[in-house]
Amino acid sequence: MSVLPYLVAAWVFLVGCYGLATSRNLIHAVGCLAVCQSATYVLLLAVGYRNGGTAPVFSDLKPGSRPVVDPVVQALALTDVVVGATVTAVLLALVLQISKRHGTVDPDELSELRG
Amino acid sequence: MHHLLPVLVAVPLLGATLLVAGGHRLPRVAAETVGCAFAAGTAGLAIVLLLNSSPPLTEWVGGWTPEGGESVGIVLVGDGPGLGMAALASLLTVAALAYSWRYFDEAPRRHAGSFPALMLLFQGGMCGFAVAGDLFDAFVFFELMSVVAYALTGHRVEEAKAVQGALSFGVLNSLGAYSVLMGIGLLYARTGELAMVKIGQGLDRHGGPDALTLAAFALVLTGLLVKAAAVPFHFWLPDAHAVAPTPVCMLLSGVMVELGAYGVWRIYRTVFSGPAGIPASDLERALVVLGVLTAAVGAVMCWYQRHIKRLLAYSTVAHMGLFLIGIGIGSHSPEADDGVALYILGHAGVKAALFACTGVLLDRYGSVDEHALHGRARRLRGVAVLYVVGALSLAGLPPFGIGLGKAVLEESVGGPLTVLFVAVSAVTAGAVLRVAARVFFGLGAQPGDESSYETTGITEEPETRHRLSRVPDTMTAVPAVLLVASLAVGAVPGFAAAVGRAVSGEAAPSPHWTLAGLLLGLTSTLLALGLATFAVTRTKPLGEPSWMAPLRRLQSGHIGDYVAWMLVGTTLLAALALPGVLNG
Repeated sequence: MSVLPYLVAAWVFLVGCYGLATSRNLIHAVGCLAVCQSATYVLLLAVGYRNGGTAPVFSDLKPGSRPVVDPVVQALALTDVVVGATVTAVLLALVLQISKRHGTVDPDELSELRG
Repeated sequence: MHHLLPVLVAVPLLGATLLVAGGHRLPRVAAETVGCAFAAGTAGLAIVLLLNSSPPLTEWVGGWTPEGGESVGIVLVGDGPGLGMAALASLLTVAALAYSWRYFDEAPRRHAGSFPALMLLFQGGMCGFAVAGDLFDAFVFFELMSVVAYALTGHRVEEAKAVQGALSFGVLNSLGAYSVLMGIGLLYARTGELAMVKIGQGLDRHGGPDALTLAAFALVLTGLLVKAAAVPFHFWLPDAHAVAPTPVCMLLSGVMVELGAYGVWRIYRTVFSGPAGIPASDLERALVVLGVLTAAVGAVMCWYQRHIKRLLAYSTVAHMGLFLIGIGIGSHSPEADDGVALYILGHAGVKAALFACTGVLLDRYGSVDEHALHGRARRLRGVAVLYVVGALSLAGLPPFGIGLGKAVLEESVGGPLTVLFVAVSAVTAGAVLRVAARVFFGLGAQPGDESSYETTGITEEPETRHRLSRVPDTMTAVPAVLLVASLAVGAVPGFAAAVGRAVSGEAAPSPHWTLAGLLLGLTSTLLALGLATFAVTRTKPLGEPSWMAPLRRLQSGHIGDYVAWMLVGTTLLAALALPGVLNG
């Protein structure tokens, strides 16, 4: 097992957070959030990966004949993708409304809610 | 009976589907009746299950029972605390739907079913999170509840502030949820299990705690604490509460935020409390430090608000700090757990009632600003009484439920933390009393502008089409019922004992009123009255001290700042839990 995929996952998550913290555009910020989420895909798939394993589809594969990767994390990653699509859609819809109501998508110019 | 557990999630989801599919053909009355019926049905089911929750119910959904100790199925666990939270969430949803009956004057054209459908989805998410027995489903329900909450917060999409508050709510909570998922991934990598109990056993087989356990602990708790609005993860909460429609605020403050604290309790107890997890002393250190910070920041910010909804939101933050302290102490004292449970029940009723009364002000006067409303609501006598009663019970006046929960907690924490409990409840209740005195009775001088760096709430749009000329009965009946319920939590004999049995079994003596508890409750009530009197009788309005300015500036409304603070919080959490891992 290589440690590299885990480092990649951590790196991608932190890069997404950095992008969120410094973003000057809300659409870019929602994109950064999606980058953070990609880190979770990388992590989940890294957890389930086996060297020399194949896809866990048993229609043309005799069970036990060769190693397969963990199907549970793949199911988790798929669910995660669906969740992520919903979240991104809702957030982008909100950004669209912000752009209509405020006339800007720069978070630095949105200062109505403070204190 | 355990076969009924999935129905708890399925009924609200079915109701929401029906409303989405057929809502545009229904008149508004029919849509809201359907919404109320489904919510009330779920609430009834949750209560029936709760009464049968000893011994705990377990359901493997779809018959995927474990074989030889290995499981890949979805497990739901219905024990006292979980079903109690589900019942609380369902009852509050019914209250919020009943309150919103006459609240939104006009539903959006051809979308009469959308608001009740979203509320039902929210209820389904909360019930699912409360009874989820494996971590991944907890994450999915956590996200379902969150996404619906963003949509409900931004329900009035035409309003500039509403979409802005909903976006920062959305980004912060989603980032927290992804951090939970990273933690779940790490735990699965170590144990190959998703069911919470099995993960706990798997960790213990592996030996002492190490860096992976610590990382998973910090990541999972980050997401839950974002939901629970612990400092420094709390920044989204005042923004979201200030802009969300009032019935939604009732649910957000009354139960959704508490579900974050419940998640911390549940996941620590079942996953990390074994010998290979995080030692109880470390959890206590982490939660007490964060809780004290949260309580102090919340109380101070609450006192200096003039936007009434934000004031109530910060009061929620302050009380969440107290809950976190209670959960931290509760890892070695079962009485504290009983106290937190009673406190949460009492707090839900009172906070929802206070938000409901604020909603009346907003719809009647088109403002939620304490200064602009000065003396304008003299004619709303009934609402004034509800407001004052709500404020007094927030202070812990015996025999309200908050008072009993607080008394039990104060006796189990002991020492300086007791002082903090009294001070925080006095300050937050004092601020609400001050609002009541100024707005409903016109006491004191008209305050001037204290700070330019804050949200005032003068120009809020009323959520009805026209300002209300008279207050509909449902809008006063709901807060009254909620206050009576929160009185019953502390006053009905045997109720507290039943809650104690449901939460900690027979391990702890059942919670009850003691002389010391009564005196502490009266002390904080008198202090709150004193603070409110002090604030309104000063001829010169209370100025803002200079040390408040930096604290206020932290709440900048900027998503980037909030994300940075969240990372600081995760690091702090890991650092606070580090000693146990080093010694383990």
